[in-house]
Amino acid sequence: MIGPMTDAKTPFGATALALALLATPAAAQPRDTLTIGLAQATGTFHPNIESMLAKSYILGFARRPLTAHGPDWRPLCTGCESFPTLENGQVVQETTPDGKPGMRVTWRLREDLRWGDGRPVTAEDLRFAWEAGRAFETGFGGAEFYRSAYEFQSTDPRTVTLRFDKVSFDAGSAGKFEPLPAHIDRPIWEADRRNYRSRTAYDTNTTNPGLWNGPYRIAAVQPGAGVTLERNEAWAGPAPAFRRINIRVVENSAALEAQLLAGQIDMIAGELGLSLDQAIALERRSRNRFRFEYRPGLVWEHLDLRLDNPVLSDVRVRQALMLAIDRPKIVQSLFDNRQPVAATSIHPDDPMIDKALTPWPHDPARAAALLDEAGWRPGPDGIRRNAAGERLTLDLQTTAGNRSRETVLQVIQGMWRAAGVEARIANQPPRVLFGETLSQRRFQGAALFAWISSPENVPRSTLHSDEIPTAARNWSGQNYPGYSNPEMDALLEALPQELDAAKRRPMWSRLQALTHRDLPAIPLWHRAEPHVWPQWLDGVRPTGNMSPSSLWVTDWRVR
Amino acid sequence: MWRMIAWRLPQIAATIVILSLAAYLAIGAMPGDPISLAMMADPRLGAADIERMRALHGLDQPLLARWWAWASGVLRGEFGYSRLFARPAAEILWPALRGSLVLLGAALALAATLGIAAGMLAALRPSWRAPVDALALASQALPAFWLGILLIILFAVTLGWLPAGGTPDAPGMLEAGRFLVLPVATLAIAHLAAYARHTAAAMAEVLRAPWITAARARGAPESRIALNHALPNAAVPLLSILALDAGALVSGALITETVFARPGMGKLLTDAVLGNDHNLALLALLLVAATTLLATLAADLAQRALDPRLAQGR
Repeated sequence: MIGPMTDAKTPFGATALALALLATPAAAQPRDTLTIGLAQATGTFHPNIESMLAKSYILGFARRPLTAHGPDWRPLCTGCESFPTLENGQVVQETTPDGKPGMRVTWRLREDLRWGDGRPVTAEDLRFAWEAGRAFETGFGGAEFYRSAYEFQSTDPRTVTLRFDKVSFDAGSAGKFEPLPAHIDRPIWEADRRNYRSRTAYDTNTTNPGLWNGPYRIAAVQPGAGVTLERNEAWAGPAPAFRRINIRVVENSAALEAQLLAGQIDMIAGELGLSLDQAIALERRSRNRFRFEYRPGLVWEHLDLRLDNPVLSDVRVRQALMLAIDRPKIVQSLFDNRQPVAATSIHPDDPMIDKALTPWPHDPARAAALLDEAGWRPGPDGIRRNAAGERLTLDLQTTAGNRSRETVLQVIQGMWRAAGVEARIANQPPRVLFGETLSQRRFQGAALFAWISSPENVPRSTLHSDEIPTAARNWSGQNYPGYSNPEMDALLEALPQELDAAKRRPMWSRLQALTHRDLPAIPLWHRAEPHVWPQWLDGVRPTGNMSPSSLWVTDWRVR
Repeated sequence: MWRMIAWRLPQIAATIVILSLAAYLAIGAMPGDPISLAMMADPRLGAADIERMRALHGLDQPLLARWWAWASGVLRGEFGYSRLFARPAAEILWPALRGSLVLLGAALALAATLGIAAGMLAALRPSWRAPVDALALASQALPAFWLGILLIILFAVTLGWLPAGGTPDAPGMLEAGRFLVLPVATLAIAHLAAYARHTAAAMAEVLRAPWITAARARGAPESRIALNHALPNAAVPLLSILALDAGALVSGALITETVFARPGMGKLLTDAVLGNDHNLALLALLLVAATTLLATLAADLAQRALDPRLAQGR
């Protein structure tokens, strides 16, 4: 898993905006300018430092990574000529100098790829990214990638080969390995590696055209408030339709909606915009004025269960809790059926989804039978008790302030109550829940939150027994439930090393079957991203994955 | 006056030092340091990586030593770096403070002018007392976020006369003024009740004083009595409210700044705390505290200027 979703929607005025039924359209902006509303500001603009959705969306206009995942979820080249595979010879299995199985991966840069100051993007830009990533003090994300990529080779200015000390089926994707403008940032890095994070030109000279190699370049930055993008004159690909794109940051979703209705912004990015319930309400009122599209994304909402709690250590209890939740009803009543109920953590669009595995049904009778079998019998007040007379009680937690999750939790509490399970809600601010309660495994029952992942992402960090956070491990790892299954551990170790997709498929199926049966976490749904566009805009294709729709801005057209 | 300033400034400095230590220790004890964030973002970080990162960022040092290093840096004018905005902290703080002061100055001026005028009207014309009370009650009862959104819906969405929020793309006083109208109105309406009520009460009391009766007996016109004699005396307690409001609003305009998507100290402070930007949060907190303390000092000086008896009392 890549990281948790910690966003909390502010509650201001959602109901007040119902009055916007009276709204009339304001004057439209000239069509050579597009103004996009985003609900999150970005800090650094450096592509390798910190991972933020807002930054990823903005950089999608201004940078071309080596590879991306398209709207069909297939990996493709954006900055290279052909995606490296075993078949095309760009991925080669080999042995490392110290005798371990390894591999070498070759990317060939696109000939027309240029920085905004006219200089070509070359192997030197990738060499700089690799060297900076390998130096721990630089503080790039993806430390594991750089640790594994032990040698850089380049035979000509456009060809780059990395040698890895392990085998991994997704090495061709390059991850966060992207060209960085060596002619600008290398001297800064070499002068002070430790403080490069705060001295990079991406943050001290953000409007320097030489930092950008996409269809747009960043022309102005208003910290915390927005970014202005203008066409990159050095861009050799298809010309984008808009002369200028303004990104406005409006963190309060009611204010974001108000600015949309007032005509100050043209569209709201689905990647980071309105909450789902707010978009559904807006669609009911303004269907003729805007176009709406809901795309289930990589955000997987679930309930982590503390498996070393004696109550939850019994798989029959976990299955009963699952069967007692009517997820289709929750999705229908709270989310207008816009997001799919999850069978496991694997997204329905993921190429490795096992479609034979259906989500657990809502079956109160079976839930009751399982609880009976586990020794939990109904008590006089409806709450079940075991032979020792202990009540079947669990703590239930989520991120305080996230209205949608708080509502879902209350509904689940009611459904479990009907099954004879008492749930005590004890929500916490996100920084406490993620910074302490989950990461140091201080929760005792169930915690509702989300993981954001990527296509065919092996969930080692959340399911391998080595990834259970402990003080001795400095609390690293994300296996918060404490799930430990030798078969799962073996699968998680073998999966990345299997380069043949056809052979990986049954392994993925087994992984899904195990999590479906053992339920270290109760899957809820894959959160949908609501995209809101003006009627006159065509060509935006939401991906639902971590490659933002802005990467395909050259397809956006005025109708 | 100078004696008072010389007495109060060291007090203010000492308060800020103590506050900085308390805040530093409190923030340091909060869950979710930058290393926890890095662990969340990169689950492949191992235990050894985490240890190295703690050492690299100085997080393996005792809290007091870290505070001393931080405070020494601030005293040397090194305000450090904002992790959240990836900019030097000073570059973030000053525009936010400027934004807050503009919003606050305009809102307080409007609230005080309208509130004092309404309060005087209620004190001088008993028939106006009930409508002024009703107005004050309504303005106090309306939550700022609700009022802000109502104003946005009416003036920005429905009528299209004013922007719904944000800041202007193009420079210019007129354009900047248009963007200020709705947030200033929201803040001013929320605060004018206090001025109206206090003015009405203070004016009513002053108007009953023997020297006012004497002035009336001498044939002074009612308007002169109200403006030249009663108001300056009634204004003395109002200055305290104004000073407290000024301090509170620098950080307390959060809701208005959020609803209208305007940069300011309230939003900055909240974002910094929620975003684990410890350095920025501390600096913002101390700036807000310093503003409040200086505003209180200014109010005390103004009170002494209006009422010399206060100075003699000391």
